[in-house]
Amino acid sequence: MNRSFALPEFIYLLAALRWTLLLSLVAFLGGGVVGFVVAILRTTDSRILRLLTTGYIQLFQGTPVLMQLFLFYYGLAVLYDMQVDAWPAVALAFTLYAGAFLGEIWRGSIQAIPPTQWEASACLSLGYIDQLRFVILPQAMRISIPPTVGFLVQLVKSTSIAAIIGFVELTRAGQLIVNVTFQPMVVYPIVAALYFAVCWPLSQLSRSLERRIDADLGVKRHL
Amino acid sequence: MPILALSGICKRFGAHVALDEVSLTIESGEVVAIIGRSGSGKTTLLRCINGLELPDRGEILFDGRPVQRSRAALRSLRREIGIVFQSFNLFPHLTVERNITLAPMVAKGLPLAAARELAGEVLRQVGLEDKIGAVPLRLSGGQQQRVAIARSLAMRPRLMLFDEITSALDPELVGEVINVLEKLATEGMTMILVTHEMGFARHAADTIVFMHQGRIWEKGAPSRLFTAPATAELASFIDAILPVGRVVSDAVL
Repeated sequence: MNRSFALPEFIYLLAALRWTLLLSLVAFLGGGVVGFVVAILRTTDSRILRLLTTGYIQLFQGTPVLMQLFLFYYGLAVLYDMQVDAWPAVALAFTLYAGAFLGEIWRGSIQAIPPTQWEASACLSLGYIDQLRFVILPQAMRISIPPTVGFLVQLVKSTSIAAIIGFVELTRAGQLIVNVTFQPMVVYPIVAALYFAVCWPLSQLSRSLERRIDADLGVKRHL
Repeated sequence: MPILALSGICKRFGAHVALDEVSLTIESGEVVAIIGRSGSGKTTLLRCINGLELPDRGEILFDGRPVQRSRAALRSLRREIGIVFQSFNLFPHLTVERNITLAPMVAKGLPLAAARELAGEVLRQVGLEDKIGAVPLRLSGGQQQRVAIARSLAMRPRLMLFDEITSALDPELVGEVINVLEKLATEGMTMILVTHEMGFARHAADTIVFMHQGRIWEKGAPSRLFTAPATAELASFIDAILPVGRVVSDAVL
């Protein structure tokens, strides 16, 4: 008895898309907090803090997100000595994954601000926090917006990996529907189209922001 | 009592000796021009005065008190010593007004209304009151540099340092910045300038300091130094910057 793909199945996919978006949002916000702290610490004078944060970034950038997912999923299971819900594991794993990448993007943005801006503000008797708050971060933020939105697109797509440990987001929901309909070439194009519907506007946004910031800064693009 | 006293300042960068036993005292209201070839230590000396470089040896007394190296001490020192750089270093994301009001508000706790009034005042001093709402990148180099001077003046410093502030400007924009410097000098501001503007150095400075190989090679009133240099190095430096010869240069200067 095969079900065929119809409105209820489509609604099931849409409901699962909600989890993709929620996971992306949690990872982006959580990763944003982690990334902000990491970016700031990576640019401080303290060697120890720089080493620790660099280690964190290298660990998370140098291993597949799937491994991180496995480690958190089974790690939490071992820690609590029971089968755990997939949600805390994927939320934690993707938060730390996003934190590493956002931290690196934002560190680059902070370091792209000429040292003379630090110097000029120090010479006006501004303390470190005030230098960051009023002089460095506002400029770094502008530079970082396009790559940040670009990363968000990557993040939305990479949440599909959470399907592997059974977290029912869009991709996993697609698999489940295929299992009952045996119509992969109907279901997966629709799943792909749903991802596209989320990601395409984001990448357009990233591009238009980039153009606007370039125009603000008077950069001429040779492309 | 001198406002600033440097004694035995030494600074190396790796094997390069940037400053070698530099001692110098500056009285309140004095205008000192530091001249010399590039690499002679002029800029390093200036940067040691407000703690942008920390000397390896030697002592700096500002207002009779030794300059400490802690962050807090440097911050309070920099409320009293202003600096203007060759490349302006305005904050490009802020308007002219905000560039000026930022430090008085944040570092000195001045209320907004007072800070705005102050911004208008210092902009009048540099003749740019009509640019208060502009963004720095819309201004010419000369105007940007005058805003940078105004920004520094807004801290009400007791000593101003100028690091080759006309060197990055197109020649036709140098005059407007020099005019501001001259006005400040006549108003009694204590100033130390690293400069290549010999005309300005000659008629506005009380003291010329000629640096060579990290040392103060020669020092004195401009009338003497430019017409009768005591050392071969200063003589050749003057000849080098004024290749037409000193007889003609006297007229130019």
